[in-house]
Amino acid sequence: MLRGFGWRHAGRRNWAVRGVDLHIRAGERVLLLGPSGSGKSTLLAALAGLLPEDSGESEGTVTVGGRPGILFQDPQTQLVMARSGDDVAFGLENTGVRATDIWPRVSDALDRVGFAYPITRQTHALSGGEQQRLALAGVLALRPGLVLLDEPTANLDPPGAELVREAIAKALDPDTTLIIVEHRVAEALPLVDRAVVLEPGGGVIADGAPEVIFAGHGPALAEQGVWVPGYSLPRFQAVSTPADHLVRAEHVTVRDRLPPISLAVSSGEVLAVTGPNGAGKSTMALVMGGLLAPASGRVTAFDDPKPPHRWRARLLAERIGSVFQSPEHQFVTSRVHDELALGPRRQGRSPAEVTRIVDDLLSRLRLTALAGANPHTLSGGEARRLSVATAVATAPRLLVLDEPTFGQDRSTWIELVALLAALRDEGHGILAVTHDEAFVTSLADRVHDLTPASPLPRRNTSRFGPST
Amino acid sequence: MSLAVLARRNPVAKLGAALLFSLPLVATLDPVTPALALLIELLALPFFGLRYSVVLRRAWPLAVAAAGILVTMTLFASDRSGSVVTSLGPFVITTGVIRDALGLVLRVFAVALPGIIVFATTDPTDLADALVQNAKAPARFAIGALAAFRMIPLLTSEWQMLSLARRARGIDAGRNPLAKLRLFGSTAFALLVGALRRGGRLATAMDARGFDSGLPRTFARIQKFSPADVALLVVTALASGAALTVSILTGFFNPIIG
Repeated sequence: MLRGFGWRHAGRRNWAVRGVDLHIRAGERVLLLGPSGSGKSTLLAALAGLLPEDSGESEGTVTVGGRPGILFQDPQTQLVMARSGDDVAFGLENTGVRATDIWPRVSDALDRVGFAYPITRQTHALSGGEQQRLALAGVLALRPGLVLLDEPTANLDPPGAELVREAIAKALDPDTTLIIVEHRVAEALPLVDRAVVLEPGGGVIADGAPEVIFAGHGPALAEQGVWVPGYSLPRFQAVSTPADHLVRAEHVTVRDRLPPISLAVSSGEVLAVTGPNGAGKSTMALVMGGLLAPASGRVTAFDDPKPPHRWRARLLAERIGSVFQSPEHQFVTSRVHDELALGPRRQGRSPAEVTRIVDDLLSRLRLTALAGANPHTLSGGEARRLSVATAVATAPRLLVLDEPTFGQDRSTWIELVALLAALRDEGHGILAVTHDEAFVTSLADRVHDLTPASPLPRRNTSRFGPST
Repeated sequence: MSLAVLARRNPVAKLGAALLFSLPLVATLDPVTPALALLIELLALPFFGLRYSVVLRRAWPLAVAAAGILVTMTLFASDRSGSVVTSLGPFVITTGVIRDALGLVLRVFAVALPGIIVFATTDPTDLADALVQNAKAPARFAIGALAAFRMIPLLTSEWQMLSLARRARGIDAGRNPLAKLRLFGSTAFALLVGALRRGGRLATAMDARGFDSGLPRTFARIQKFSPADVALLVVTALASGAALTVSILTGFFNPIIG
């Protein structure tokens, strides 16, 4: 299928993918692995026929037998129509399926993914997991011979991700070929019978049954950053006991978004906040970060008589570093380097100090090669590391992080967690909203679970962007 | 049984009727034509299943525009013919000024109301379908616009997040109006960049599902253009013509050209 394939994005010096030789037979289920930046997504886009000739340079050949269908990470930018049934019908209309055949195929596809609502259900009223199931139905309705999944569960909470994996497992015909890119390898394994490992710029380095690959190349792959199942992660235990409170919330609420909550973060500790989508985790992070005023209750921080949301931005940034759910919201310059230098410069550090801080963070978080790139062109994992780095650069006493480990490979994950552990041990306080169980096990000193006692009322959680 | 027989008409017929009805109003400056048109529109409302209170709520921006027109006309109208009614300092209010202002205000309402009626009674998906099927608009344009339209509500929350993110990075304007303007500009730019990126991703997802691939499209939802839709267009044209005729016969007609 792929012979010596390579692709270079316009304006980049390095090849995103190069020298890939791969033959995949009909009906195979393949997991595509590789460290961050090995071009997995680019390869999928090439197979889906989504690399326009004028957007870069290609070499080698790609041949696909049968119609490809692709599912991306973000459900919000995949759903086209307002009503669920219309969205599944969209692809059928485009490909000229006879009008009388459309609706039977729509209900067939919806049945296969286990969609539980009538076809008139508004797509924006669905949860992330349900939206992603619907998007999968839209792909399957076209009866693709090759299904490509590009981290289909990355934006979802664990129950939502489970919903989607179940739907994938049940919905595929035996003769449908599947290629999946997924960071959470352990969770994707039940879906596949073959694993292919890519190396940045080096083509395929391992190929075969997953057990064989992990037995033969396990340590090397783990070293390279692949999430090999069964390899333990370092644990970072606090060296000292938490000292005084940095921030404390008492009976804080936000209308429609956050039920009453009381919690405190002390210096020298990592508090993990967990819970399902829509429980108000991100809202809570905004309140604790001094960005959103609580509707009732009190937030006190740094022994300041004024609550954090009334502080001037400059003082706030000095004391509390916030990392948002969507990293791209936070970028205010056009170069990765400037993005990191901004905070320290505003603090009045000397140019030499700024350079030292920036270079240190760039190399620790493996961003040095991207120092001159525009932050908006980074991959999801790189953008996430950069946003954490910008918050860390000014060394605020309190860090409020929303999903800090999102989209990381094993190596960058360990670097990131080690960096946060070091900050904690220097006496910084960290509040992290997370779905990542490994993060909780590895780093958290305390866990605050926001899972509500009664089932959540169903509502659109997208008021503040896609909720994870 | 509901009176709303007109709400169920083909969206393109409704849109066409709105245009047919509004366009002749633009041709004249007198207050009688728009007043008659407004009367006809208000009488037609129940047949679209619309309550007056709903329309009033949707039309409030028009009231603001009307107030603006009224103030501007009283202050700056060049034609101050007719007898003097009153004078406010240097501004002489004459019957001519009042007639022109009234004509303009009525025109704003009469021209905009048909549009409000159409969009209040039409589902955007149905409109896009009808535009493609009955008006032969390119699907690339109609469905593309529909998809983009669905992303608009996201912009509000996006703006909020961008503003918060700037504050988190230590950037605020304080009380300095110039800094406020700069911050507004940079946030707006970031919003635009984000919208373009999201639009790009959506376009890729649409491409992946065969949108605009050159194949002839089929339609999952059929929009029919029935004799009743033709009748709607004909009756609208007659009503609009009647309003113009009355205005000409009563001598109020005042063409915009000549």
